[in-house]
Amino acid sequence: MDKELVQKPIAVGIAQDPVIGPGHDYTTVTDKISELVLTTKIHKEWVIGFLFSASLASLLGVAMYFLLFKGIGVWAPNVPVGWGFDIINFVWWIGIGHAGTLISAILLLLKQEWRTSINRFAEAMTLFAVACAGMYPLMHTGRPWLAYWMLPYPNTMGMWPQPRSPLLWDVFAVSTYATVSALFWFVGLIPDLATLRDKAKHTVSRYIFGALSMGWRGSADHWQRYEMAYLLLAGLSTPLVVSVHTIVSFDFAIGIIPGWHTTIFPPYFVAGAIFAGFAMVLTLAIPMRAFYKLEDFITMHHIENMCKVMLATGIIVVYGYFLEVFFGWYSANEYEKAVIMNRFTGPYAWSYWALIFCNGLAPQILWWKKYRRNLLLVWIISNIVSVGMWLERWVIIVVSLHRDFIPASWGYYTPTIFDEAFFAGTIGLFLTLMFLFVRLLPSIAMFEMKLLVPAAKARPESEGGH
Amino acid sequence: MSQLFRPGANTFAKASVIAGLGVALGLGGILNNIERTSYVTDVNVPRDQPVMFTHKHHVSGVGMDCRYCHSSVEVSSSAGIPSTEVCMGCHSQIWSEAPILEPVRESWRSGRSIQWNRVHDLPGYVYFNHSIHVTKGMGCQTCHGQVDKMPMVWKENTLLMEWCLDCHRAPEKYIRPKDQVFNMEYKPAGNQAELGAKLVAEYKVRKLTDCSICHR
Repeated sequence: MDKELVQKPIAVGIAQDPVIGPGHDYTTVTDKISELVLTTKIHKEWVIGFLFSASLASLLGVAMYFLLFKGIGVWAPNVPVGWGFDIINFVWWIGIGHAGTLISAILLLLKQEWRTSINRFAEAMTLFAVACAGMYPLMHTGRPWLAYWMLPYPNTMGMWPQPRSPLLWDVFAVSTYATVSALFWFVGLIPDLATLRDKAKHTVSRYIFGALSMGWRGSADHWQRYEMAYLLLAGLSTPLVVSVHTIVSFDFAIGIIPGWHTTIFPPYFVAGAIFAGFAMVLTLAIPMRAFYKLEDFITMHHIENMCKVMLATGIIVVYGYFLEVFFGWYSANEYEKAVIMNRFTGPYAWSYWALIFCNGLAPQILWWKKYRRNLLLVWIISNIVSVGMWLERWVIIVVSLHRDFIPASWGYYTPTIFDEAFFAGTIGLFLTLMFLFVRLLPSIAMFEMKLLVPAAKARPESEGGH
Repeated sequence: MSQLFRPGANTFAKASVIAGLGVALGLGGILNNIERTSYVTDVNVPRDQPVMFTHKHHVSGVGMDCRYCHSSVEVSSSAGIPSTEVCMGCHSQIWSEAPILEPVRESWRSGRSIQWNRVHDLPGYVYFNHSIHVTKGMGCQTCHGQVDKMPMVWKENTLLMEWCLDCHRAPEKYIRPKDQVFNMEYKPAGNQAELGAKLVAEYKVRKLTDCSICHR
């Protein structure tokens, strides 16, 4: 009787759908997940998907060739729209990464069990998204081999980077984010890499997994230190969820361009990032779960919770849109008003109303449980949200810039084929890395899943340890 | 199952962290210093020239003023390289048969300029103007060194941007009275800090450190 009372909170937390399917024990969890990596079988579908992504990624190579050998003039940005696809896509990718950090760090600290099966690949998604995002600031300089100039180091120019520029804050925010995310992801992988080392048949893979698992033996000492290190890294990552996109929003908010210069930007960008990130996790998780038959690990419970986070952050984002309009009116500034009216009715009005549909209207369907459980619908909504979040950056950047203060310098921005190829290329790079990841590394944290099986729960909470 | 790695692998792994850091820092340090060596900057390396011309003889021996040959230094961005006619102004009369001067006479006969080798070569993206410097109290010798002691001319300073900025950030360290600009032996009378501050105020010298001052 006593024992049941202790377990009660867990039962409430998983009202209808469990966080792990029935009938699983330690062995089945390990076997099911490690089998995806250790099998020698190559799925035809995987190969097709990989080749498709890799060919898209090679488009990135072509786009970069033209960018570097012909110069950045192949891209469309020019007066008055000095920032175009490069920063739109940078912000879009960085935003997508945020869900991974939120899931792995904040939900860990909040002891949300449902994070367990999705945190690993959400973190991988973060890393790959940051890598794609990094391509833009790196390449838009036109001379990426001089990118180290952005770092403070003793140089013969007698110069330090300009600390008053938010673009420099970006350099530090994003590189810190990439470093901590990579570390967190790798530390989280170590016990699983050791499991793979022990289960692998092939000598080469045993040595590779062996070297990567860094001498992990699973002793009590190891676990004790590991838990502490993981917790510390989670603590380090938590402020990054908020800080990185806040600083990205400063790229705009610090400027005095009408449409950018508002105080709502930091919270509105952070919410948008989490919104976009969860949409991308769902976009990836739903097909992966179906293809690898992981319904027992990524249950409807996960899907529903992610839909709820998406819904909540989506509403914050819509609040941001509302406040932008409010500020336009409240500022009593004719340029601010003109920017808002231009968004509603100007030459790019289509993008504003498409944005309101994608981020404002479409996700509202997730209020209904019935639709949150409809996988196809959720997948479609997630994609709509990704498009919507891209449009948001388009509206902020292009629509705010294309009408300068003086009508004589108004312009119209249309991306060139090279802008588009570069963007398609980064999508290809992202998908290629995802395909490699699900094939080469355990995409679900085995050792954490094992804490969720009934056998682990049978013990009193104090020994459960997690 | 046998162990994949020996216990020594742990030590190796730990050592590799320190070694990696050491290699990275060491490489950075080496690169940072190589940039400032005369191997890269050509400082103190006499430059070969088509004519065995010696500044030492002409300036400290004969006592010529810099502006006799570099005639546009006070009015133009370029100090000016003397034409063959300037050389021949004297050398049609003295040393007119000297074998060492044959390239000059050849240039005179053919009308083709002497192809001097540039000693101070600023990159194309840097704007530099001699006239503003010499008319605001910057001595020739401050940047070019004691040319009157150089048989063949070499670079006295690196021309690295940090070197330019050293003075642009604090011109009072190097400024001198306007009548001393062409003096190769100039020594400040008294304390340079005091004199410099006074001259900077008197000549209205500004600390021009905006990017677009030089990178136009």
